Order: sequence, then C-alpha cells, then structure tokens
Amino acid sequence: MSEIIELNREIEKLQGAEDLFFACYSDDVPQNGGVCVKYKNEQIAIFNFTRRGEWYATQNMCPHKQQMALSRGMIGSSGEECEPKVACPFHKKSFSLKTGDCLTGEDYKIRIFPVIINNGKVFIEVKSIG
Amino acid sequence: MTKKNVIVIGNGMVGHKFCEKLIAKSNEFQIIVFGEEPRIAYDRVHLSSYFDGKTVEDLSLSSLDWYHQNNIQLYLGDAVTEVNRTEKIVHTQSGRTQNYDYLVMATGSAPFVPNIPGVEKEGVFVYRTIEDLDKMKAHASKCKTGAVMGGGLLGLEAGKALLDLGIKETHIVEFASRLMPRQIDDAGSKLLQGKLAQLNLTVHLNKNTSAVLGEKKITGLAFADGSELALDMLVISAGIRPRDEIARLCGLEVSSRGGIVVNGFMQTSDESIFAIGECALFNSMIYGLVAPGYEMAEVAASFLCEGDKQFKGFDMSTKLKLIGVDVASFGDAFISEPDCTSIIFEDTHKGIYKRINITSDGKQLLGGILIGDAEAYNMLLQTVNNKIVLPPNPEDLILGARGGESTVGASVMGLPDDALICSCEAVSKGAICNAVINQDLKTFDEVKKCTKAGSGCGGCVPMVKDLINGTLTENGMYIKNVLCEHFDYSRQELLDLIKMNKIETYDQVLDTFGKGDGCEVCKPAVASILASLWNDLILKQDTIQDSNDRFLANIQKGGTYSVVPRIPGGEITPDKLIVIGQVAKEFNLYTKITGGQRIDLFGAHLVDLPAIWSKLIDAGFESGHAYGKSLRTVKSCVGSTWCRFGLHDSVSFAIEIEDRYKGLRSPHKLKGGVSGCIRECAEAKSKDFGIIATEKGWNLYICGNGGSKPQHAELLASDIDSETCIKYLDRFLMFYVRTADPLTRTATWLNKMEGGMAYLKNVIINDSLGIAEELEEAMRYHISTYACEWKAAIENPEMRKRFSHFINAPEEKDPSVKFETMRDQVKAETW
Ligand code: SRM
Ligand SMILES: Cc1cc2nc3c(=O)[nH]c(=O)nc-3n(C[C@H](O)[C@H](O)[C@H](O)COP(=O)(O)OP(=O)(O)OC[C@H]3O[C@@H](n4cnc5c(N)ncnc54)[C@H](O)[C@@H]3O)c2cc1C
Ligand code: SF4
Ligand code: FES
Repeated sequence: MSEIIELNREIEKLQGAEDLFFACYSDDVPQNGGVCVKYKNEQIAIFNFTRRGEWYATQNMCPHKQQMALSRGMIGSSGEECEPKVACPFHKKSFSLKTGDCLTGEDYKIRIFPVIINNGKVFIEVKSIG
Repeated sequence: MTKKNVIVIGNGMVGHKFCEKLIAKSNEFQIIVFGEEPRIAYDRVHLSSYFDGKTVEDLSLSSLDWYHQNNIQLYLGDAVTEVNRTEKIVHTQSGRTQNYDYLVMATGSAPFVPNIPGVEKEGVFVYRTIEDLDKMKAHASKCKTGAVMGGGLLGLEAGKALLDLGIKETHIVEFASRLMPRQIDDAGSKLLQGKLAQLNLTVHLNKNTSAVLGEKKITGLAFADGSELALDMLVISAGIRPRDEIARLCGLEVSSRGGIVVNGFMQTSDESIFAIGECALFNSMIYGLVAPGYEMAEVAASFLCEGDKQFKGFDMSTKLKLIGVDVASFGDAFISEPDCTSIIFEDTHKGIYKRINITSDGKQLLGGILIGDAEAYNMLLQTVNNKIVLPPNPEDLILGARGGESTVGASVMGLPDDALICSCEAVSKGAICNAVINQDLKTFDEVKKCTKAGSGCGGCVPMVKDLINGTLTENGMYIKNVLCEHFDYSRQELLDLIKMNKIETYDQVLDTFGKGDGCEVCKPAVASILASLWNDLILKQDTIQDSNDRFLANIQKGGTYSVVPRIPGGEITPDKLIVIGQVAKEFNLYTKITGGQRIDLFGAHLVDLPAIWSKLIDAGFESGHAYGKSLRTVKSCVGSTWCRFGLHDSVSFAIEIEDRYKGLRSPHKLKGGVSGCIRECAEAKSKDFGIIATEKGWNLYICGNGGSKPQHAELLASDIDSETCIKYLDRFLMFYVRTADPLTRTATWLNKMEGGMAYLKNVIINDSLGIAEELEEAMRYHISTYACEWKAAIENPEMRKRFSHFINAPEEKDPSVKFETMRDQVKAETW
C-alpha cells in the first residue's frame, strides 16, 4: 500500500498539478471488468474494456439508489452503434460509459472522467472533481 | 399562418395523453398546458409502486424535454383560476393570462372526503398524489395501527400500501355490506375478505363512521353503531369528486352530482371548450379509469383535426392489482337470472370464486367475476367484448377443460382483428399483427415502441406477447427465443454449439457465435452454460458473472454481502453452530435462520469475505451457493431416526442428495426436499424435486415451485428404491440444465414443455430420446469435478485480491456503508 501512496506523491510532483491522478496499475483491473478507486473523499469506478481495447472511468455511485456499486457492474454494449455501457448490479439500470447517459429510459446521468494509460499505469483526469 | 392556441388545464394522465395525441395528428396548434401539481404528469395508476421502490422519475409519463421538443408551453405549479369565455382568456394563480381558441379541461378528480367531525386531524390522509404518499410515508413510521375508509378498488390498494409502509395492523372500513360493491357480488366479497385476512387486512363491513377521535392527532374512529376502532392513521378512500370548479365558475353545464357535461365529441356546453378524463360527465357517467380517459383524449384531439370519432361509453371491466389476491370483474358482472344463466364455481378451501353470466341460450358471455385466480381475465374480457360464440360446455371457461384435449381458452389468434387488446392505448389485435408483419418486428419491446401497446397499465402484456409469437408462427417464421441482441440463439442452441465446439470462455463464444460486446443478459447466461458443461471455477471468468456470483455472495442494500454456508439437509452439530456464532460476532454480522433450513449471515463488507470464509472452511463448512443459479438446499424432515411416524431416514437421504448436486449450475436455482412420510413436513412437493417416503420406498415428485407462482410438484415415479430415485434425479436435472431457457425454474419449464409431464416421464424413465446414459455421464462428470469455490478463492492470492473495495486502498472498507441497530443486531440503512 505504502508503495502506491508513495508513487502517488511522486506522480503528483512530476505532473506539477493534481489534475492527473494515479489510480492503479492496469493489471489491477480485471479484463472486461471494473474496480473502484479512492480519490480524496470520492469513489471512482474504472473499467478495463479489454475486448474493445478501451478504458473508462465514471462515478462509482449509482444514481438510482445512491449505491456505491457501478465498479461491480457488468460492462457490455448496446444497440447498432455498440454504445459501451455498464449495468448496475442492483437493479440493472445501464449507463453509457461514453456520455454517462442512462440507457434504460430514465433521466439519470453519471459523471465520467477521461482515463490515460501510461506505462502500465492508470491515470484519471480529475480536473472536474473538487 | 398563425397557429391556433389550445390551452390544456391539468397535466395529469389524460391531459398529457391529449398533448401526445394532438401533436401526433397535427402541427397547426400551439399547445399551452397549465398544471396545478408541481411535477410533470405521472402514472397515477401505479402510484402505489412508489412504496415499493419506484421513484418519481420511474413514474413520470414524459419529460420536460419532450414538451420542449414539441414546442408545448408547460407551466407547472400554476393552476388556472378563472376562464373568461367571452374574451377567451384564462387567468392563473400566479397572475398569468393567456388567450385560447380551444380550451381542454383535463382537471381530473379529487378524493372525496366525507364531512365527518374530526377529519381535519393530524394523521388523516387521502391517496391521490405523490405528495399525499410522501406525507403518509413520513407519518407511518410512528404508527402501529392504520385504517382505510372505503373498501373499493382504491381503498384496498391503499390498504396494501399501509401494509407496505410497515403498519402491521391495518383495517378496511366499508359503509356497504360488501367489498368492492361496484365490481363484485356478496359471495365474492366474502371470499375476498378471507383472502385479505391472510394478508393481515381486517375488514369491517356495514360501518358508518360518525367521528374521527383524538385531540390534535387521530386516535381512532367512532361508528354509528356505537363501536370504536383505535388508530394511529387513517386513509380516506371514499370515492372521487370530479374537479369541475372552474367549469362551474364560468357557467358551463355541470351535473349537480359533479362532472362537466360533454357530448360524444367531448364538447361542453361551450363549443370551443372540451372536457376529458375524470372531470367529464358523459351520459350521466363519470369514468374513473384511465383507459376511457385516454379514449376521450383521442376523440377530442381528432375532433380538433376535423375527425368524426365519437366517444361511445366504455367498458368498465377492471382487475385489482398489487394486493396479492387476484380480483377481476368484467362486462356485466351483476346481471342475474332470469335475464341470464350464471355459472358459479367456488372453492373455499383454495380461496377461489368464479362467476360467469351467459345468455340464456348459452351462446354468449355477458360478464363475470373472478377472485383468487384471474388468469382467464383477459381472454374472458375479449370473449365478452367481441361477442365470441361460446363452446358447448361454457363452464370450461372457468374450470378448464376436464378430460381430453383442452378446447377452450381459445388462443388469442382466434380473436377478430378489431378486438381491443390494449385498452389504455386503444391498440387492436389487427394493429399489433400488422406491425409485426409489415414492419418486421419480432420482440415485445419493438412492438411496444411501435404501437404503444402494453405501455399503459401493462395488463395486456401477456396477450401482446402471445400475439407476436402467434403471428410469427402463422407466417411460417421460426420464433427464436433469442438470448439478447448479441446472440441469435436460444439458450439450448447455444449450449449445444458450445458443447460441440468445446468452447470454454465467454469471449470465444461471443467471437464465434455472437456480435457486439455482450451485456448483462448474455454474460451470466453464457457463464451458466459454461459452468454447467465444464464445471470450471466461476472466478476464472469473474467479470461475466452476475454480481452475486462474481463475489460468491449476495449483494445487499448498502453494498454489503451475505454469507450462507451449506448445512446439508438442515443438520448441524453444536460445534459448527458455535463457529457460526463466533464468526458473526467477530465480523458484526446479522444472523437469521432462513426459510431453507440454514443460517444466513448478513452485512459483510466485501473486504471481510475471504477472512470470514476461511474461518468457516476451517470449521468444515462449504459454500452454500446461495448466490448462484444452482442447487440451494435439500430440505429434510427429521424422519425415521426420531419421528414416530417416520418410514425412512429422510435426513440421511437429503444429505446424500444435497452433497450429490451441490455446485451444479443450472438455468435457475434448484431446491429439493425429502420427507419421511406422507405428512410431508419437509414441504418437498413445493420444490423442484421432492422425495417422500412410502412403505415400499420413495415417491419422486418433480417441478414444484414456491415463490410468486406456487405450484405443487408432480409425481414422476412411485415406490422406487434410493438408487433408482437418484438415477431419475440425475437424468431429470441434467435434462433441465440442458434445455431450459435462462432464469426458468423447473415448474415453468415443464409448463411450457410440449407434451408436458407425459413427455418428461417418457424421457426420464423410458429413455425415449436415448440420452439417458449421456445425461447420467454428465452428472458423474459434474460430481467428480466439484470443488468448493470459496475454498479455491481464499487459497488463490490472485482471486483473493479481488475482494477489495478500493483497489488503491485494499484494506479500507467502503465508508459509505452505514448500519442501524435493531433488536441488538445490525441492519442495513434504509434507502
Ligand atoms: C435468505 C432467504 C430469506 C430468509 O431469510 O429466509 C432468501 C433470500 C433471498 N431470496 Fe429467496 N430466500 C430464502 C428462501 C426462499 C424460499 C423458501 C425455501 O427455499 O424453502 C423461497 C420459495 C421457494 C422457491 O424458491 O420456490 C424463495 C423464493 C425466492 C424467489 C422466487 C423464486 C421463484 O421461482 O418464484 C426469488 C427470486 C429469484 O430467485 O429470482 C428469491 C430471491 C432471493 C434473494 C436472493 C433476492 C436477491 O437477489 O437479493 C434474497 C437474497 C438474500 C441474501 O441477500 O442473502 N427467493 N426464497 C431464504 C434463503 C434460503 C436459503 O437458506 O438459501
Ligand atoms: C392510487 C390510484 C390507483 C389507481 N388505479 C387505477 C387502475 O388500476 N386502473 C385505472 O384505470 N385507473 C386507476 N386509477 C385512476 C386513474 O389514475 C385516473 O382515472 C386518471 O389518473 C385520470 O386522469 P385525469 O387526467 O383525468 O386526472 P388526473 O390524473 O387526476 O389529472 C388531473 C390533473 O389536473 C390538475 N388540475 C386540477 N385542476 C386544475 C386547475 N384548475 N388548473 C391546473 N391544473 C389542475 C390536477 O392537479 C391533476 O394534476 C387510480 C388512481 C389512483 C389515485
Ligand atoms: S428475502 Fe425474498 S421475499 Fe424477502 S424481500 Fe428478499 S426476495 Fe423478497
Ligand atoms: S441502485 Fe443502481 S440500479 Fe438501483
């Protein structure tokens, strides 16, 4: 653990800004699945969409019942356009990983964050988080 | 050209429907809507589901966006207070004024509150809006006893709502001498009363309330007969009162009993003003249901577009929803001899009452009442509405055909094209079938989107589905029960393909047979197939598993998990009991004896699961697979070892069988039971397989189910020895695993099987398909490869690592998890 924290400090220094947050190593995240990372007092879900060679990050909280659960949801795609999505494990509400829009017909919206993979490390752009 | 202004007063269900209809027909109108409620139109019909988890958003019929996109001006929280008919202007509460060319009153109705002394007291509520429900909810937490005044359709629904709010003692107080006086007869009411009593709803009939008791807050009701009832809260559901205030003020013709008088075009006495929905009085009648309201919206909208549709009255057939007892009445429910012949079937034991009224010549169905079992409602209603000629033995309509092939319950395909299937959206059979054929639709969702059928109260959904399948079959199209948008195969087809091609991973399956990137429907379904075929460790492909399987535990409110060790046959040693107690104490878990004869430990943090399981495994426990679609429990009674009636040792046999099939992944969960004699203390016949001891051996029953649609298991073989019993079970279970659709329990699987039990018997006992040996071999393979997946998980550091909440702070627990205390144990915080 202390290593990860140390690395965090190092990267923070390196970046000269707190904008890019080192979340974890890319092999910490299961293939085609998600994990949750702690950033200050926030919880962020990171998804390793191996099948598409893509990474996504969203808020971990499902807006439906305010459950910290999206990182434990199943990812997949929907529609002709193959919109990448995650389904909450609780009641299967689905959200676009690209836009954060709810795909199951409700007005919910989740926050999404850009992900940068560098040298086997996963960084999240956290500008918008206070 | 300037558009004509249409003002709609009221943004309720019918007002909203009117906007939809008018927009669809023409763009020559500027629609302006004033709504008194603070929110956009919502589904009042399903209001009660607000108490079991539906949110305001779930209930909304539309969105602000929709109004915006269609250029409709919507003013919410602003009631119209005055209509100036000479200048054609309305005034609103907030001071807005707006001129109109046409005015549509869709003001609905208000709950009728009788003028009884004390109704203004705290703790008295009505049941109509979301705000009403919020207030009830806030008050209910302090209440033990509640009552509903009014035993009609809505009153009973409100009664159920009080139960759902946790009020254990709930009463229904009715003025008349029976429940639902407008829908059902005395005999039906009696039966219904019995059913309600089982739900904990106590019914008081012939009760004339004289006062609401209490100082500031309600403490009870006093009745004219001198009796009293102590209460903490009261919901009044004594009928509705049409909202005709502004119509009255501006001098439109209204009825003395309430309601704005309209003609067949929904026009009021002022030809540029219309009234629709519950505020409108047509032919001296207020229609307090949503379907006729929608029809009125259609008529008024089409009139504005120069159509000539007329409202011709509406069928008031209804089915009570939500309450847990089927109640329906249709057509002319009360007509009696000598104007007709009534056939009545009553089974007080099962709580079923059915009455049908048919013409004296026996040719046509006029109406009827169904209580306890309303499955035939849709078909019967169609039979009345379409004047379908009855079969020679009309009693079959309610009894089902006895002996021989079933001839009635005639399929929906036999209905005429103009038969109204979805009355909320006025969609006919023809429209649905045409949509299927002409627009190449295959799924219910597609048809719903295209025709809107099934988007209202949902009562017609089963019929719409049957129509889709029927139409496809008639047109020679092979109906595929496809898994989801990513696979054009049924589960059974996919299983065969995967087996033949020996595929072991989801990705390979998707690449070879599917398209896209998969989803939450096909991933767990394929995971289940792979597990059934190869019995490989679930955690090897953890991200295709449903959340419960992924973490080998059931997810709970708040995001914690439950732990259910296997306790085969319900037998447990004191030492093991002590270990469960110690583990629960150490990890602060809530413990409860389950309905499946074992112990569930709730509230475990994800991070703690491996440690909890290592202690349990050290003490000799194994995973109970409570999270999996797999064998749960084989319940036992104590049997011949102790019981004076016991014929054989049911506990030993239950343990043997539970150990045999543990870990077997299947389309849905599996449960079994073994009873030591016919008294059946293990409730074996309510399980997927049940074994009951006889003098000569065992009777084996299969395909039973508890749950929401209970069904008793049927006899497969009698007086067989243990070995034969196990052989049949092996074949039965494997056959089910191979052929059932995802999430289909054995009972449903059997119900859908062509040839039914006779066919299944033939397959299992007579090996009619010649696959018995293969099925047995598959079961042997399963048994020889079984391993406790929890043991594997804790012994493998890679797998163990996955049980963390924060990947970058693996020791930390999820700080958002909150517990409350109740009876000295923890409980999840309410959401
Ligand atoms: C714990 C328990 C209730 C209790 O406190 O007694 C329970 C709890 C749950 N049941 Fe159950 N059922 C429990 C006994 C039953 C029984 C009684 C029995 O087994 O004798 C039934 C009726 C019998 C039957 O299955 O036919 C039962 C019928 C259901 C159903 C309806 C199944 C159906 O075919 O209609 C569901 C829903 C489902 O599986 O899709 C369900 C689903 C659930 C779930 C898994 C809901 C969920 O997905 O979160 C609950 C999770 C509990 C948890 O978090 O651990 N539970 N459930 C019981 C656990 C028994 C055990 O030791 O494994
Ligand atoms: C709990 C419950 C369960 C029900 N179950 C069923 C069922 O199972 N099946 C069924 O068919 N029906 C059911 N109903 C009845 C159904 O909801 C109504 O028939 C339907 O909502 C009527 O629609 P409406 O638009 O006429 O009235 P409403 O939906 O009441 O809408 C009228 C709207 O107009 C507003 N309004 C009134 N006056 C003014 C004004 N002056 N200015 C602006 N706005 C105004 C009101 O605030 C309201 O929002 C149920 C009703 C309830 C309450
Ligand atoms: S335990 Fe079973 S019956 Fe009880 S609330 Fe959960 S799913 Fe429903
Ligand atoms: S909490 Fe996520 S869908 Fe309900």
